[in-house]
Amino acid sequence: MSMLNVTVDGQATQVAAGSAILDAANQLGIEIPTLCYLDMEKKFNQQAAACRICVVEVENRRNLAPACATPVMEGMIIKTDTERVHTARKIVVDLMLSDHPLDCLTCEQAGSCVLQDLCYQYGLEQTTFAGQRNDYPEDATNKFYSRNLNKCVACRRCVTVCSNFQNTKAIGFGDRGFNTHPVAPFDRGMDESTCVSCGNCVSVCPTGALLPKSKEKFRSWEISKTETTCSYCGVGCQMNLLTKGNKVVGVEPLNGAANDGLLCVKGKFGFNFINHPDRLTTPLVRKDGQLVEATWDEAYSLIADKVKATKAEFGSEALAGLSSARVTNEENYLFQKMVRAAFGTNSVDHCARL
Amino acid sequence: MTNSINELIDSDVIFITGSNTTESHPVIGAKIRQAKKKGAKIIVAEPRKIDMVEDADVFLQITPGTNIALYNGIMSCIISEGLEAAEYIKERTENYDALVATVADFTPEVAAEICGIDAEDIKTAARMYAEGAKGAIVYCMGVTQHSSGTEGVMSLANLALLCGNIGIESGGINPLRGQNNVQGACDMGGLPGTYPGYQKVTEPAVKEKFEKAWGVELSDKVGLTLTEIVGKAGHGEIKVLYIMGENPMVSDPDLAHVEEALKNTEFLVVQDIFLTETAQLADVVLPAATFAEKNGTFSNTERRVQMVRKAIEPVGQCKPDWEILMDLLNKLGIEKTYASPEEIFTEISSVTPSYGGITYGRLEELGGLQWPCPTADHAGTKFLHSGKCARGLGLFKPAVFKPSAEVPCADFPLVMTTGRVLYHYHTRTMTGKVDGLNAMCPESFVEINPDAARKLSIVEGDKVRVSTRRGQVVVTAKVTPKLKENVIFMPFHFAVGAANTLTNPVLDPIAKIPEYKSCAAKLEKVAWDWSEETDQIK
Repeated sequence: MSMLNVTVDGQATQVAAGSAILDAANQLGIEIPTLCYLDMEKKFNQQAAACRICVVEVENRRNLAPACATPVMEGMIIKTDTERVHTARKIVVDLMLSDHPLDCLTCEQAGSCVLQDLCYQYGLEQTTFAGQRNDYPEDATNKFYSRNLNKCVACRRCVTVCSNFQNTKAIGFGDRGFNTHPVAPFDRGMDESTCVSCGNCVSVCPTGALLPKSKEKFRSWEISKTETTCSYCGVGCQMNLLTKGNKVVGVEPLNGAANDGLLCVKGKFGFNFINHPDRLTTPLVRKDGQLVEATWDEAYSLIADKVKATKAEFGSEALAGLSSARVTNEENYLFQKMVRAAFGTNSVDHCARL
Repeated sequence: MTNSINELIDSDVIFITGSNTTESHPVIGAKIRQAKKKGAKIIVAEPRKIDMVEDADVFLQITPGTNIALYNGIMSCIISEGLEAAEYIKERTENYDALVATVADFTPEVAAEICGIDAEDIKTAARMYAEGAKGAIVYCMGVTQHSSGTEGVMSLANLALLCGNIGIESGGINPLRGQNNVQGACDMGGLPGTYPGYQKVTEPAVKEKFEKAWGVELSDKVGLTLTEIVGKAGHGEIKVLYIMGENPMVSDPDLAHVEEALKNTEFLVVQDIFLTETAQLADVVLPAATFAEKNGTFSNTERRVQMVRKAIEPVGQCKPDWEILMDLLNKLGIEKTYASPEEIFTEISSVTPSYGGITYGRLEELGGLQWPCPTADHAGTKFLHSGKCARGLGLFKPAVFKPSAEVPCADFPLVMTTGRVLYHYHTRTMTGKVDGLNAMCPESFVEINPDAARKLSIVEGDKVRVSTRRGQVVVTAKVTPKLKENVIFMPFHFAVGAANTLTNPVLDPIAKIPEYKSCAAKLEKVAWDWSEETDQIK
């Protein structure tokens, strides 16, 4: 692969041909703010370059260049930290804010909102472009997420992920100019679209326009994140479990080897079983035909005694175990070890066939 | 999977058969659509017009239970038109002549008749698959859950070998595993015939190795399979049955028989996260932690071992399954203790050659490793059989088409097949507790073709009785052109209106998998019960 020489803010580096200016800056640890840029869009020619937050100066180029979608060329000299760049970015954020409610105090996205961060970075308390605003009704017809397009900044991330990655193509862009906004077919509710509720649009939305319908109220700064593997089908999607206290309150996708930032409806929204009130919380043993609460010691002794007695009286072939395709490798290993080494039989199986 | 998920994106042709990919493995479905966008041709062979059909270049709407006829028809066409990978066959395979002999009579016309499709479509699919330089086969339970399931898989392997697609990137035969760690459960020896890493229990050297590692004497007799265990439990031959994280009361075939068997089991232990239909029959119920409450590893469908990390403390008195099992092992005289799942994994690596080079440290660093990974400096295996097949020469195992054990007759004129829906997972132990998912798919149903429905005076939403030789259930009718007139479909997730009350417990003789995907059934409209169901009348 041929390498190209570039200079960003006076620092020289080499990047692979085909890289974007953003990649070169990242490589040097120089931060360029982005909003519409999607990590999963590996080919820059697919980048929407819709928001223009990432504009930079390129020597001998007349206009400012979007860093996410401008390919690096040999000898390019790039400046990311100039008056002209700052002014341009600030105007872009200002224009976005001109059609965005200032309800950050109660907005669920506060703290993890890219627009909020940009306003903070560029010192914008309110827009200087007072005037007309869009007023869309909230769409809560999907069971798992709600859409408040008044908070949409038309970055196109949702449409990109739905059309190019999830490939469900449930949404597109409707209208033009000031009224441009993501739409389901005929601009009706999401429930009348082909949406499969994968929630990938929700995961990539930079503002509070698309929000999961959560049972819990939480602020983003109260959340801990734990990287793990999804517990539904066998794809092995990587994700963060979002927890507040001892409760799982959300899921966000990670760029795992198998899922590259995508999840499905079960992985994204199907976590409420974890803290469900119906969970078993104590061992139960059957007494007089009824299952009643017991201590771990009681339950263990009952099982150990029964296993030993049955083995002594009827032999190992009278015992068997069914392991589980849901639990970990370590647990499956111990289970078959228990059946083989302690029960004394190879009659261990699980639902691989079912 | 012989290959990796992301290799699909660069395949030239993807043959999907017996897999409703976008509903059962949604993210792989999305990846296949990405491949389509990049120019891959898509062939779908399914009894239902599933979502994936929208992306298909060829759709073969076969009658359930006719997979092998279709695959043989495709191979017959490939051979007769000289599209096979002759060089590859000569250098890398054996027993090719037997395959030629078996499929010779199975022309696309013969296959088309059996499968209920057009012979021209079979030819188009055959040419498309054979002409793609990198052809991937993606399959799931629609191939395996038949009385000839194993031969169905062999037949697909024949097809892949015939076109030189085994051992190449973006090719292979790729079973999509349905549960988060079904691959791992198999890898870890949760099977009656094999120790961890598929080492045979009948092999004296293997037995000796595990006897030394565990410090006990072990049996060299192959154990019973799940379906056999349940059968013997019913007859009182199995007195103690320990079930961890499974719900055979919904997932197994012929549920009336399963219920009787579990009730007859002298001592039933169930370890689970909820009081499932199965746990309700137990003598002892042990409360286990969910995946969010413990550390460990899962192995995904592409053999990738990945970390599971604890996000919250176990609720109530729940314990992670590994702690429960360790406690019981100790009580049963196996003294070894483990301070963490990592210590268990170290023991796994020491006795499992294919996991030999995997450690928690490497998994943390790399995010995951695909077995076989025999040594600490091995990078893992992206696709299998590279250069040559694991056994040396790729062996053609010709399969002869046999009809399903039960075919339609005058009393049961329809073919019933079963499967998953997007919004639920297996027996709903988890998804049944999520409001949104229940709202999207609240109850059991049967899908029926509009013409068939009209003849039975059934409209969308009617209550209908589905019966087979095993039993009957009353469920809601969904009228949909997704199905052919002689086929009905039921999801298997639900305990009420359970599809598995109806399914045929006949087994594939080799894999002992039940024939869930095809049995003979009858459909009747039932009158509304006005007294109890007035709130449901539309």
